[in-house]
Amino acid sequence: MSSSTAIAPISSRTDLQPSGAANGSEEQYVTFTVGSEEYGVNILAVREIRGWTPESRLPNLPDYVRGVINLRGIIIPIFDLRARFGGGLTQVTKRHVVVVMQVGERTRGILVDAISDILAIGHDAIKPPPDVDSGLIDAEYLSGLYTAENRMVTLLNVGKLFAGEHVDQDATRAALEPT
Amino acid sequence: MDDLSRFKQTYFDESAELLAVAEAGLLRLAPGEIDMDEVNAIFRAVHSIKGGGGAFGFSDLVAFAHEFETVMDGVRNAEIPVTTELVDTLIRANDVLARLLSHAADETDVPAGTTDDTVAALRRFLDKAGEPPDEAPAAPPAPRPAAALYPDDEDDEAGIFGDALAAILAARDDQPAPAASGPGPVPEGKVRWTIVFRPKAELLLSGNEPTYMLRALRRLGEAEVVCHLDKLPSLRDLDAELLHLSWTVTLLADPQVDRARIDDVFEFVADDCDIRISAEAPPPAIIPPTIIPPAEPEPVPAANLPQPAAPAAAPVTPAATTSGAAKPGDGAKRTNGGTGGSDHAGPTTHTIRVDLDKIDRLVNMVGEMVITQAMIAEHLRDLPPGQFQELLEGLEGLAQHTRELRESVMSIRAQPVSSVFSRMPRLVRECAALTGKEVMLVTTGETTEVDKTVVENLVDPLTHMIRNSIDHGLEGPEERERIGKPRAGTVHLSAAHRSGRIVIEVTDDGRGINRAKVLSKAIEKGLVQPGASLSDEEIDNLIFLPGFSTADQVSNLSGRGVGMDVVRRNISSLGGRIGVYSTPGEGSRFVLSLPLTLAVLDGMVISVGEERFVLPLTNIVESLRPKPADLHGLVNKCDVMMARGEYVRLVHLHRLFGIPKAIDDATKGLVVLVETEDGSRLGLVVDEVLGQQQVVIKSLESNFRRLDGVAAATILGDGRVALILDVAGLREMSRHGAGNGNASGGSPPPSPSLPAPADKSDQRQRQTV
Repeated sequence: MSSSTAIAPISSRTDLQPSGAANGSEEQYVTFTVGSEEYGVNILAVREIRGWTPESRLPNLPDYVRGVINLRGIIIPIFDLRARFGGGLTQVTKRHVVVVMQVGERTRGILVDAISDILAIGHDAIKPPPDVDSGLIDAEYLSGLYTAENRMVTLLNVGKLFAGEHVDQDATRAALEPT
Repeated sequence: MDDLSRFKQTYFDESAELLAVAEAGLLRLAPGEIDMDEVNAIFRAVHSIKGGGGAFGFSDLVAFAHEFETVMDGVRNAEIPVTTELVDTLIRANDVLARLLSHAADETDVPAGTTDDTVAALRRFLDKAGEPPDEAPAAPPAPRPAAALYPDDEDDEAGIFGDALAAILAARDDQPAPAASGPGPVPEGKVRWTIVFRPKAELLLSGNEPTYMLRALRRLGEAEVVCHLDKLPSLRDLDAELLHLSWTVTLLADPQVDRARIDDVFEFVADDCDIRISAEAPPPAIIPPTIIPPAEPEPVPAANLPQPAAPAAAPVTPAATTSGAAKPGDGAKRTNGGTGGSDHAGPTTHTIRVDLDKIDRLVNMVGEMVITQAMIAEHLRDLPPGQFQELLEGLEGLAQHTRELRESVMSIRAQPVSSVFSRMPRLVRECAALTGKEVMLVTTGETTEVDKTVVENLVDPLTHMIRNSIDHGLEGPEERERIGKPRAGTVHLSAAHRSGRIVIEVTDDGRGINRAKVLSKAIEKGLVQPGASLSDEEIDNLIFLPGFSTADQVSNLSGRGVGMDVVRRNISSLGGRIGVYSTPGEGSRFVLSLPLTLAVLDGMVISVGEERFVLPLTNIVESLRPKPADLHGLVNKCDVMMARGEYVRLVHLHRLFGIPKAIDDATKGLVVLVETEDGSRLGLVVDEVLGQQQVVIKSLESNFRRLDGVAAATILGDGRVALILDVAGLREMSRHGAGNGNASGGSPPPSPSLPAPADKSDQRQRQTV
């Protein structure tokens, strides 16, 4: 269990703006990589970042639901972001990282390759996602794009990313995605 | 939550306890020998509810409690004889009081007429009682606690207030009048007591009323009350909420009135005043012998008197009043030692109220500590021996402390089952009245402790079982006499700890289960094939089948066919078992066996592929490795197995859950024979059975969602999560998907049979029996 690298308490930082603040105000994002892509989530949603610990599988769920882990006595589900975006299951190593997030009342973890940065991003600097075929990319999970030193960071809407975790949707996805 | 509503909550919490105390006392109250302690306890309970209610302005409640209390006072003074009707009426009154309290708590209006009947009934007893108690002060029937509110009594008021006006006039004229009666010779056979009563100025703020104490003294004998005005400020400086008076009472009493009796009068205020009591001594220097009403905002004392029920009618801050009015019990305890006042023998317990959430958090953290400690121990085992002796010793100590900590934390949640048992006398009484039978309830082992969640969930099943025993088990008094049994039947309720579980038994000495009738009824309802040969035990257990009822008529009590099957379902949802043992003509015994806590489950850890699961031990019948000859294929590719002369459907867990690298051939793995709550059996094919373990139940739903076939999750000793299987859910899944690994999209599965862990979102389904 030595691999746990919590950066909490993030939420105690004082320079955070409430989301939905006026244009030009900055918000902080934690960015991480999955393969060659870089994603960002609002730092306010992130509870901690910890090293990979083996999960327990859950039966009859799409493969991006990797399973559950024990987070200090509570049981949280882990989602594989690569698999979520259709990139296949992540081959986990000890260097993989779980970003533990608070989404509403629930705590969930997403499995990513590595943490890359914490960026302060002004509201103006976020560009809307391009008009893409919604069948191709799950555009509803994207809250915008940001360019940082020639890298493109895809900002994720965490609430939407996990919004539809109910039976029907999972069943549909299970049917759509070859397992 | 502001201060006031917090006080209110405390008041309601305490009132609930007081109601229970009163009810328990009322149920023990029987004609014949009357336990004065009991009567006083009931009186105090009602009185405290009334006092607190007044502080919050619950006028309906106060008015009703006053009626109730007045009758109790009559009982206490032996003016109202204790009869069965009286006790029934008082129990009803207690219920009405509970209803009024719940209306007050919900801040809803009390429906008009709620109290009318009961008030009328209570008044009838008062009318019968006749003369008020003060007529015979020479022979007081029983010791009385202090601060009691006595029924309104013209005589009494005349004594204390009658010449108030004259006294005030005299005071205004500044002409010290002589003392009404000096310390003359003490009449023969009497004792003269001189009581100097100097209350602190703040006495009224705590809801106490010196008038009542003076009145109470008057009841002890011939009292002469002299009021001292020396501390009375001028009108301009007068703070109407403070008390500026003190009194000297000269009491001529019978010798049997001892010091303790007088101390009792001041019991509740002993801390708030200076009292000097002496016998046959001259009174201290007398200041104008005037008698004026206690400091009231208005000089109209009479207006307040017909309603002594409202001690908080004066504009006192609610907070201050509550603290005083709601805790007369504390006062009683504090003064008990000094006065030896024996009629306040309330149990002295040192308790605090703690939010259950806080305890749950604590339990959770301790559970984590146990896991962490086990993990450290596992890692340290790999260290080279001999080198880290101190570390290992430290760890040993840690392990021991953790174990102890865990036990003590779990014991915080434990409650004696008496909180459930104490509700049963009431039930027995009602059932006996409804059925016309005579029933005696004997309870043993009330102090047996079990987790709060279990206690709460025991009420419904026990209620039903006791009803059942009285309605079906016991014979009527005439029939009992005819067959040579005592007229009154006995229902024995007992609780005991046995091998890490709590065992509760309900035994009656009635007629036992009528097996012929049960069997014919079961055949009639199609529950059993005609001609089937069943053992006695099997017949007895038919009563647990859904839809079974032997009562010829649907009575108020039972017979609606929602009976013992619901009891069994309730019990097994708590992880318990129920059994019945019956001897015709001698009675039946129902035995409940329950886990001590719902947060922990006795489970069997099994492995399938690389995954581990926990099966609730209560579901497991046995585990076995079948021979190839035992296995058979059915048409729809569903395997069955012959186990103990019965065909059992096999369910391959790895197919159902899509687990790779698991054993498919049941003859190479193991079959765990499980039984669902309705008695149907299933053979689960697993790789291995790893062993029995107590696991802490954790919610999967609080951060994720419910899964088919999974009741909850837990954390194993190595810190990994294991799913706790829901056997009934597995059966449903295997029916729909025929074990092909895809069960989603089926009909909504039944709710899991396991109780969810004790977290906040836990809303356990409860069936009312």
